[in-house]
Amino acid sequence: MSQNFRLNTGGLINRDKPIEFKFNGKKYIGYEGDTLASALLANGIHLIGRSFKYHRPRGFFGAGVDEPNAKMQVEINGCSEPNINATEIELVNGLSASSQNCWPSVNFDIGAINNFLNRFFPAGFYYKTFMWPKSFWYRVYEPFIRKAAGLGIASLEKDKERYEHKYEYCDLLVTGSGPAGLASAYAAAKNGAKVILAEDKPRYGGTLLTDDVTIDNLSGKDWSEKIISELKEMPNVIVKNRSQVFGYYDHNMMVMFERTGDHLEKKPKHTPRQRLWYIRAKEVLLSTGSIERPIVFGNNDTPGVFLSAAAKEYMKVYGVLIGKKPIIFTNNDSGYETAIEFKKNGVNPIVLDTREDQNSELINEAKDLDIKIKFSYAVIVAHGYKKVKSATIGKLNKEKIDFVNKEQIDCDSICVSGFWTPTVHLASQSGNKLKFNDSIDAFVPDKSKQNEHSLGAANGTFTLQDTLKNSFNTGSEVSKSITKKNEKIQIPNTNERKYSAHDKFWCSPLPKGKNYKRFVDFQNDVAVSDIEVALREGYRSIEHVKRYTTLGMATDQGRTSNLNGLQLVANVEKKIVPQVGHTTFRPPFTPVTIGTIVGREIGKEYMPTRKTPMHHWHEKNNAVWVDAGAWKRPRYYKRGNENLFEASKREAKNVRDHVGICDVTTLGKIDIKGPDAAEFLNRVYTNAWLKLPVGKARYGVMLREDGIVMDDGTTTRISENHYHMTTTTAQAANVLSHLEYYLQIVWPELNVNVVSTTEQWAGAAIAGPKSRDLLAKLFSKIDVSNEALPFMGYVEGDLFGVKARIFRISFSGELAYEINVESDFGLFMWEKIIEIGEEFNVQPYGTEALSTLRIEMGHVAGPELDGRTIPYDVSLEGLVSKKKDFIGKRSLAKEAFNQADRQKIVGLVPLDRKSSIPEGSHLVENKNAKLPNPKLGHVSSSCWSVENNNPFSLAILKDGKNMIGKKLFAVSPLKNTSIEVEVMSSHYVDHEGKRVRS
Amino acid sequence: MLNIKCPYCGDRSQKEFAYGGDGTITRPKLNQEISDEEWDNFVYLRKSPRGKHIELWHHIAGCRQWFKVERDTTTHEIFRTFKPEE
Repeated sequence: MSQNFRLNTGGLINRDKPIEFKFNGKKYIGYEGDTLASALLANGIHLIGRSFKYHRPRGFFGAGVDEPNAKMQVEINGCSEPNINATEIELVNGLSASSQNCWPSVNFDIGAINNFLNRFFPAGFYYKTFMWPKSFWYRVYEPFIRKAAGLGIASLEKDKERYEHKYEYCDLLVTGSGPAGLASAYAAAKNGAKVILAEDKPRYGGTLLTDDVTIDNLSGKDWSEKIISELKEMPNVIVKNRSQVFGYYDHNMMVMFERTGDHLEKKPKHTPRQRLWYIRAKEVLLSTGSIERPIVFGNNDTPGVFLSAAAKEYMKVYGVLIGKKPIIFTNNDSGYETAIEFKKNGVNPIVLDTREDQNSELINEAKDLDIKIKFSYAVIVAHGYKKVKSATIGKLNKEKIDFVNKEQIDCDSICVSGFWTPTVHLASQSGNKLKFNDSIDAFVPDKSKQNEHSLGAANGTFTLQDTLKNSFNTGSEVSKSITKKNEKIQIPNTNERKYSAHDKFWCSPLPKGKNYKRFVDFQNDVAVSDIEVALREGYRSIEHVKRYTTLGMATDQGRTSNLNGLQLVANVEKKIVPQVGHTTFRPPFTPVTIGTIVGREIGKEYMPTRKTPMHHWHEKNNAVWVDAGAWKRPRYYKRGNENLFEASKREAKNVRDHVGICDVTTLGKIDIKGPDAAEFLNRVYTNAWLKLPVGKARYGVMLREDGIVMDDGTTTRISENHYHMTTTTAQAANVLSHLEYYLQIVWPELNVNVVSTTEQWAGAAIAGPKSRDLLAKLFSKIDVSNEALPFMGYVEGDLFGVKARIFRISFSGELAYEINVESDFGLFMWEKIIEIGEEFNVQPYGTEALSTLRIEMGHVAGPELDGRTIPYDVSLEGLVSKKKDFIGKRSLAKEAFNQADRQKIVGLVPLDRKSSIPEGSHLVENKNAKLPNPKLGHVSSSCWSVENNNPFSLAILKDGKNMIGKKLFAVSPLKNTSIEVEVMSSHYVDHEGKRVRS
Repeated sequence: MLNIKCPYCGDRSQKEFAYGGDGTITRPKLNQEISDEEWDNFVYLRKSPRGKHIELWHHIAGCRQWFKVERDTTTHEIFRTFKPEE
């Protein structure tokens, strides 16, 4: 199909490069530089989708971000994406688009029956209709609504594209490259400020590309090209097109997305599809321009109805006629610019001006060109279903609330102009309370809350001369205060046509007896009648009206509908618009892909992965991983067909019988130095620390100020003023912050320094009756006997030339040691232990076996120290000093913490000695009691005791001290189990703790 | 996202910091005789002021220093940041 609506000349497209694309399966040709919208219009395609609620045929209405209708499912480079605005996406070879919200096709859409049933679809329809019967919601209503109301289809496939994030800092961010943006960016750049100029379209210049103006005797387009090329030469300026600043956050944090890939036919390998910029700007200049307001009339959503500036843009930028028999329906001079452009391109438009006969430069020019003008006229209703075919127009009476005559005229398009609405979204997001400007019937920014200024049309300044003057001046002023430079700039001479006053007319009255749908919000299918219904039903606040009718919601955020909606509410309520107020403007200004927001933080890049120096050894030896925070830890080492249960039992048994080795690098390690280190530890831990000798380790418990156990671990005195603290893997970061808080804020007089050394040391625990024999072979030069290196002892040794720290500490309850070497030697240490330990039957064990070992020994860990337990609860009260004060001590005096039946840790064994007790089970006296069954406690940790060969659990039980020997039920509603258990001591193995001291 | 001036490092993004609660609270001295009520006030009770407030922040992904921030809790305006001893 040839491009019947393409002008022979003109436009900024590249006619030497035709581009083939598909729409709803059919092939078309456009040109490089087209948008999908302009290319379709060049081919005479107007029917592009169906409306959201009534499934009415819809066509293009705008030419950029103002477009409410043209949301399409677009496939580029094998990626299918819904809700792409056809007026914003650039045409590339192979692009394939299809209509949304229609079935089976855009030409014949079954959902359109809604249109004929529209009296059954009033405002709040969903709220009213689908309320009952309640059981229908999941089975009938929701699936139906989802199918009927769905816009595009999100791809189920993984997004193959790459998205990036970028951080940038600048003195000035200028949003929009129209006259205001160019002038202010230029002035600031000349003062040496670091400037970022962002333009959402591919071409710079904004309205300068379409307005008939001259600046210093250059056309708008030539002048903008000249400024842009100068800016691009400056090292202190970043100029970005295809970049939409969509969010304004605290402290001038601006968020922008850049379309880096979609417009390229062959994207270089490392170019992302889109890039998200976080820009911290000292000052923000908002030159976002304005969007034309529609005038509301009957069937104003029929394909072929356009904003008049969009029609002009299609001619001037793309060389495309949106129609060959247009009506221009205007309440201001803008419509005449479009009419003149049509005339210049050989099309004869009719102008309907709602104002009375008058003169202005533009009107006179139109008259001179013999353009037919009808003053005091309005379009009453458009005719035609899938395309405008004719219109009934009428002469307005004096009050403009009725028509004195009516006639039907043929036309193929209607271009409306209801004057201009400043784009104040970003200003509003910054916290700027908007004010209503009567002279333009729209909201404009008021006092700035952050460092921002709105310029040009975004500020309600609609003449080029004033815009340039203000923008050059603001750019200079704002940058001068940052750079202290003040370069003089000559404000250029401009030539533009003067406008006469616009008319406040915004909606054609309905002739008596007629019930035409007059749409305020196209994207959400909100008609005048819907808003009237909402008001009749008592909705008053504009925020409520918005939610009830969905006016101004969805992706276009009411860009073309807001003010007309407010105007309507004001009229019905007999108020004025500023009394009605406006709804909140929220980011994003235009839709942003989820991929862009996520960036590269996806999959395994979602968060950093921490690996110990022995990671690859574990990997080679069939480790099955478990996540411990960001760390990867071996959960067990799989041999043959073993499962978790079998493997962990084998590994734990081997520790009890021989010797095992466990990677404990992930434990938090904190180096503590300074003359007051002992005093500091004495305040941090519940037990006494002042007398710990050099070369000894001690187990310690630290509390929060509320008396709850925060963490436990051992700390070793390496030398007089040097300690090595260990924390649990999970709490490492919190404990460090906690220590720093007390040293820096609470007790700054203490001379102590703390630093994390978690990643500086690799750690291996060797545990089991054979561990001393193994240690002796590893460190042949030192005496590792029980006398020389007793429980809780510490020595330094030489591991085949590598300096090592040896701690005799035990988590497993067996005779055990922990060896630390500098991380670089971690793998060396590990392999040496495995090699030398072979004769002692050494086996690596993972976290599952580690848990088994500590549970049957009754050692507490994370599940018991769950942020709800005090030392007594976990039987650590013996470590609480009565003599000295420490963090959290005062809280332990609380009444609730000292009740006779206070909860306490106990052990549990199932009576049948077989059934594993699910962790999290509730302990109750009678499993058949009436609900709510009083809960006595919960199961915190469970294991299969390798020592006794039956299940064993730890539990926190009310009055645990006096419950030993009792029988209870462990009930898990989640697993649907109820197991009779016997309560016993939490120390199931080696009650007296002989082994660790052996 | 706030822009916070660490008194040791300078202007940094909020991403580098952790919020540390009310900066006007003083911990009772060690071994101090103190009533249950006073202790509970210290441990649990915090004002949630609207407007100017002095807060503690911790430069966790930077110099790891704790410092104070005077901030408006409604507008997020930061009036000053200072070292704890100031």
